[in-house]
Amino acid sequence: MHVAVYLPLLLSLLAAPGARILAERCEPRLATWLLTTSAVVLAAASTASLALLAATGLIRIPPLATIGHWSLQVAQRDDPAELSVAVVAGVLLAAAAFAAAHMMWRRIRSLARAALDAACVPAPDGLMILDDPAPDAFALPGLPGRVVVSTGMLRVLDESEQRILLAHERAHLDNHHYLFVALAQFGAAANPLLRPLAHAATYTVERWADERAAAITTGDRDRVARTVGKAALAVRRTPVRSPVRSPVLGMIGVTGRRSPLSGAGPVPRRVAALLAPPTGRRIGPALITTAVLLAAIVSTGEAALDLHSLLELAGA
Amino acid sequence: MVANSHEPSRRRANGEREAEILAVLQEVGTPLTPGEVVEHLHDELTYSTVVTILTRLHTKQLLTRTPRGRAYAYSPVADEPGLAARRMRGVLDERPDREAVLTRFVDGLSSADEELLRHLLGPEQDLDR
Repeated sequence: MHVAVYLPLLLSLLAAPGARILAERCEPRLATWLLTTSAVVLAAASTASLALLAATGLIRIPPLATIGHWSLQVAQRDDPAELSVAVVAGVLLAAAAFAAAHMMWRRIRSLARAALDAACVPAPDGLMILDDPAPDAFALPGLPGRVVVSTGMLRVLDESEQRILLAHERAHLDNHHYLFVALAQFGAAANPLLRPLAHAATYTVERWADERAAAITTGDRDRVARTVGKAALAVRRTPVRSPVRSPVLGMIGVTGRRSPLSGAGPVPRRVAALLAPPTGRRIGPALITTAVLLAAIVSTGEAALDLHSLLELAGA
Repeated sequence: MVANSHEPSRRRANGEREAEILAVLQEVGTPLTPGEVVEHLHDELTYSTVVTILTRLHTKQLLTRTPRGRAYAYSPVADEPGLAARRMRGVLDERPDREAVLTRFVDGLSSADEELLRHLLGPEQDLDR
């Protein structure tokens, strides 16, 4: 227990370099799965570790020992962690639980309202055109979701580019990208060390949709790159919205080094990825990620077993 | 302190209130003054709150207004195509978590991003239309 219980917390430190490698070197669909799974598994394992550490503090409280009929002496002699560690773990556990529950509650509400909005919008083919000169396009999740495009955006793009835009947004809805993002952000809320995974997932779902758009339409990835670039420059010329997300997404770039794209926002990185040859199906990153996740799960299990045997020894 | 702790939930509710007031105006079908809107609402919103929301909706060009007596009477912009959509986005814009559930085709570019993008795509493409 002495080492195993800390391992999920230590493995969470791999999130920042791991997220960068998965986002840049892995095929986007696989990367999204790996990033989301990692965020959820590591968040669960590290939260369980905090709970186990906090529990070692609880078993040393005399009234609880009396109620549970275990021996305080044994619990204190074999104590796996300092009392101060247990207290810190307890505080962190409470904070993690609160942050995760708060985030989940907010997101479920937002998704439910988005679904309600989508349902209220008359759009039999799932496409809604906003009569608005400012270029904008987004997918509104729902059952079914809607693709919303402004007339300003349609005006900027030619017909084949419009098809690419629609294919990109439909790919978001068809593949439930909002769920991947929500789950990754849920993990990051419980364990802030995992935030790079969630940031990377918001990027890889865009890459996933870009590649789907290329596959569904002409298969011409250069054309998709140009469409993304053209739309982004058009949006830039008419700054109607405050770019709320750009600082957040810009943080992904901080983890990249040396390349001219380091520090760049998501759009230039998407365009660069589309102009480069497609990423092959490399299994290396997937294997390493799986090994890390298994290590986190096994060490949490081991720590739990240790606590269990300690309690048995103490006669609980 | 107490007022402060209420602030976020109040702000969060703005979108819902706008939607509710729009729904009332659409349902009634004739222009309404703020006082009349208050009477139609199920919520106990104050007169001044309703005036604020109506003014904001007017600024967003979702409502037109004509002077009536000492107040304005508000009605929804004629039912042109896209009004529902515009209303929806206006309402969505009020929500703090909205960006997280929408997947935008492209996000805002910084100046450095713009330069990099033009560099990546090369000069031969007529990107400015």
